[in-house]
Amino acid sequence: MYDFEFAKPGTIAEAAAALKGEGAQALGGGQTLLPTMKQRLAAPELLVSLSGIAEMQGVCVSDAGEVCIGGATTHATVAREAAAHYPALADLAGRIGDPAVRNRGTIGGSLANNDPSACYPAAALGSGARILTNTREIAADAFFEGMFATALEEGEIITEVRFPVPQVAAWAKFAQPASRFALVGVFVARFADGVRVAVTGASSDGVFRWTEAEAALGASFEAEALAPLSPPGGDMISDIHGSGDYRAHLVKVMAGRAVAAAG
Amino acid sequence: MTRVEMTVNGKPVSGEVEGRTLLVEFLRDRLRLTGTHVGCDTSQCGACVVHLDGAPVKACAALALDLQGADVVTIEGVAAPDGTLSPVQQAFNEHHGLQCGFCTPGMIMSATALLRDNPRPTEAEIRDYLEGNICRCTGYHNIVKAIMAASGQDVSAVAAE
Repeated sequence: MYDFEFAKPGTIAEAAAALKGEGAQALGGGQTLLPTMKQRLAAPELLVSLSGIAEMQGVCVSDAGEVCIGGATTHATVAREAAAHYPALADLAGRIGDPAVRNRGTIGGSLANNDPSACYPAAALGSGARILTNTREIAADAFFEGMFATALEEGEIITEVRFPVPQVAAWAKFAQPASRFALVGVFVARFADGVRVAVTGASSDGVFRWTEAEAALGASFEAEALAPLSPPGGDMISDIHGSGDYRAHLVKVMAGRAVAAAG
Repeated sequence: MTRVEMTVNGKPVSGEVEGRTLLVEFLRDRLRLTGTHVGCDTSQCGACVVHLDGAPVKACAALALDLQGADVVTIEGVAAPDGTLSPVQQAFNEHHGLQCGFCTPGMIMSATALLRDNPRPTEAEIRDYLEGNICRCTGYHNIVKAIMAASGQDVSAVAAE
């Protein structure tokens, strides 16, 4: 990889200032960015590590009952510390990659990267989470803007993610056996005011809500309620691991499994 | 070049590194701790797993400068100072948990971390935990068997399938 300057600020304000520099790039856990830099697909001039910022670490529950996760919190920490508050979210975090990756990778890094097959975007969109940055708050519905694209401005930092806790929820992941990314993953959450179904791994536009399934499950929260639906349309990812039609079919299968698991 | 200081296998160490210097490069090239292997260099294979502040991480996917002040344990720090093997190392030896040995340092580090969190894992839990440690020789059976034995479980009925 090409060399770069390295900074590790201790506060969000210092990190935001450093990221204003020419060619600066934020570094979360580095589990995607460092391999990308090794392949010279990215060559930042300044890497600003966010792992030294204490105020961006950890899991807590707000007065409003939301599960609040610091942007630099690792998947392993979420799997451990969110389990009592939001089991489906902890389950998702605990099945990302492998144990060593989960000890480095962070929620903020995953959401900011918005890989079309990443797990966390499905939890954020499926929960209707709020993404807090150093400058504003962004609803999950307005955050994801297509493959590797988000509403984040240049240098904007995800400082915290707030998850409303649903009545019931579950995550069903069909893992691509080599990469452990989701070939298709579906996050289903039932709230008092409706059901949310978020799908990752399937669409070329990245994570999306399957609104037909949300309507059907809102009327009857049973896996059978999905039976009459056609698989979601749209531009599905098609590669050596699975055709677009196969992925669309899997969306329906995994959504049914998630509903059954949520109970 | 910037100076990085950390604790490796209980000893304070330091060295001048570039921004891009990976932890595994610092360990192997500067400290000459070549027990930590680089298999794929794409964070898939797990041959480079070390413990960072007690947790297993892939040393090829961490920057040395990001680990200022960290506590790192490598495969060289697992055995007792007098050379007595750890229970996991001893079990790999007794149950032939390796063939070529290239993946073994990472396997030992991951297995050691697993048994710290889960002292009596099931076979399924062991296989799940080793998701990020790839072995191209053994077919994993004797690795799993060794880890079960290291956790004090009876493996006499566990046969290589």
